[in-house]
Amino acid sequence: MSNTQNEQAKINTSFEENYIDENIKVSTDGKVKAFVKKFAKRKTAVVAFFVMVALLILALVGPSLAPYEANAFDYDNILSGPSAKHWFGTDQFGRDILSRIMAGAPLTLGVALSSVIVGAAIGTVLGLLSGYYGGWIEMLVMRGADVLFSFPDILLAIAIVAALGPGIINVFIAVAVFTVPSFARIMRSATLAVKGCLYVEVARSLGCKDGRILFKHIFPGTIQSLIVNFTMRIGSAIMAASSLSFLGFGANVADPEWGAMLSLGRSYLSTAPHMVYLPGLVIFVTVLAFNLFGDGLRDTLDPKIK
Amino acid sequence: MGRYVARRLLETIPLMIIISIVVFMFIHLIPGDPAKTLAGVEASLEEVEALREELGLKDPLIVQYFNWVKNALSGDLGRSFKSNLPVTELIWSRFQFTIRLVFAGLVWAPFAGIFIGVMCAIKRGTWVDLGGMLFAICGLSAPGFWLGLMGIQFFSVKLGWLPSGGLESWKHLILPSMVMGTGIMATLARYSRSSMLETLREDYVRTARAKGQREQIVMFRHAFMNSLIQVVTILGLQIGGLLSGSVLTETIFSIPGMGRLLTDSIAYRDYPTIQGILLIFALQYVLINLIVDVLYGVINPKIRYD
Repeated sequence: MSNTQNEQAKINTSFEENYIDENIKVSTDGKVKAFVKKFAKRKTAVVAFFVMVALLILALVGPSLAPYEANAFDYDNILSGPSAKHWFGTDQFGRDILSRIMAGAPLTLGVALSSVIVGAAIGTVLGLLSGYYGGWIEMLVMRGADVLFSFPDILLAIAIVAALGPGIINVFIAVAVFTVPSFARIMRSATLAVKGCLYVEVARSLGCKDGRILFKHIFPGTIQSLIVNFTMRIGSAIMAASSLSFLGFGANVADPEWGAMLSLGRSYLSTAPHMVYLPGLVIFVTVLAFNLFGDGLRDTLDPKIK
Repeated sequence: MGRYVARRLLETIPLMIIISIVVFMFIHLIPGDPAKTLAGVEASLEEVEALREELGLKDPLIVQYFNWVKNALSGDLGRSFKSNLPVTELIWSRFQFTIRLVFAGLVWAPFAGIFIGVMCAIKRGTWVDLGGMLFAICGLSAPGFWLGLMGIQFFSVKLGWLPSGGLESWKHLILPSMVMGTGIMATLARYSRSSMLETLREDYVRTARAKGQREQIVMFRHAFMNSLIQVVTILGLQIGGLLSGSVLTETIFSIPGMGRLLTDSIAYRDYPTIQGILLIFALQYVLINLIVDVLYGVINPKIRYD
């Protein structure tokens, strides 16, 4: 390292040491309180929030609370409709549908949540980098997103499963890949908006390194867009994963995955329609809860978009 | 205007090239040796080698790609493994069914969506607004395959009013059109509401009112017509969604369209057909977006001169 560079490095460190005090914490209590107060005014979003929490708890403890074993056969009660013994009725093997829905919750919600988390993480990093650095990184990421967007909706997921083969792990990969471009685009524009802010300029002029500016100064400014998109994408991920299972590309037909249950019920539409109605209703309520919550979150965080 | 169209056309070329590379690489995404996988477990070593030769898998990748593009440009997408028919012929024979479905969705959904959205914006804050938006978000959250199966159970099995599958008459189109259109209606309702609300806040709307213009004219000519600009873009993106929605709709209603061909080909591991359908779907989507962008330039002069 040359002398001048050494000098510069020294100046940079001394700036960081003198002006950036890690111990100074900005209180966020007031902000959180204001947010909760504002959010609480949106009644549908509050109801959706509680439904969402209930569903997540169901995914964690549901299988152990289920009244029957998910694969317990009851040949005396084949294709029977909802009753006191079987609240949601039974399927063609006499298996209790409510128990299967409860046992399937970790599967359906787990795949959707984990794939959105992975897709969001990759998309966010790509979006932040392309928005911050611009140039060839931006071009590469955005053209990549364009290509992925050229396979509309679940078509991309179907294409990935077609190449990798059916199975729940491949559905997870497919839904994660299908999630990446939306985060990359949204986070890029959020980064571009924050990049021009004065505090980022100040951080740069104080000699902060790129990594620090990006993750400590820019990223927190983009977190609103991230959270809103994250909630919204969970709904689409549940829909995509269950659609793939419905088409026979996802979970094994014996698994109590909600989409696979619907696919099984298709053959008994005229004799046992509850096999289709109820698992479908559960998917609908779940997606609706995430969408309504996401809407409420967006309106609370950004009142301009209404 | 000519320059704008030319620029958009030129921008599409690199995207099409990348899409063609991605679709071409699809066959190489298959885990393991593609020739071995394609020939099946029982194939002898000679058969595998013959297939490798036939598919041109021995050539360097770049040569393979150029050969594939050359053939694709002259309308040759290879032969189906399942039926041994040319893929282009196969896709063409199914194309008309999918297009019929797309039109069946487009006949009512955009109009219904825009109507609901505009009514909600005009009656903002009333029960009309609340009901309309709740209806829209429900439409967005309901899985198409669930709606379709419930439609069959109710209108075909229970009431016997509509046929449950096939595509022989206009009656056969009613239920599939409902499934195809629900998502587009819901999305457009939400977008046209926010777009209309935004336009209603514009200065020119205030000016129109201030000069004593009749309220109906203010709403229709000044607000509604301008709010359509944003809605057109969303509509374009939604048509892509319709194409992929056809995969599920065709499966539910046993319609022999391109989507059904895709799912059947995946089940049979008919890779040339899968590759061909993916290419056609992606190119269709890019083309629709191009048309929408040009249309956007026609109705919004601001875009042409940026």
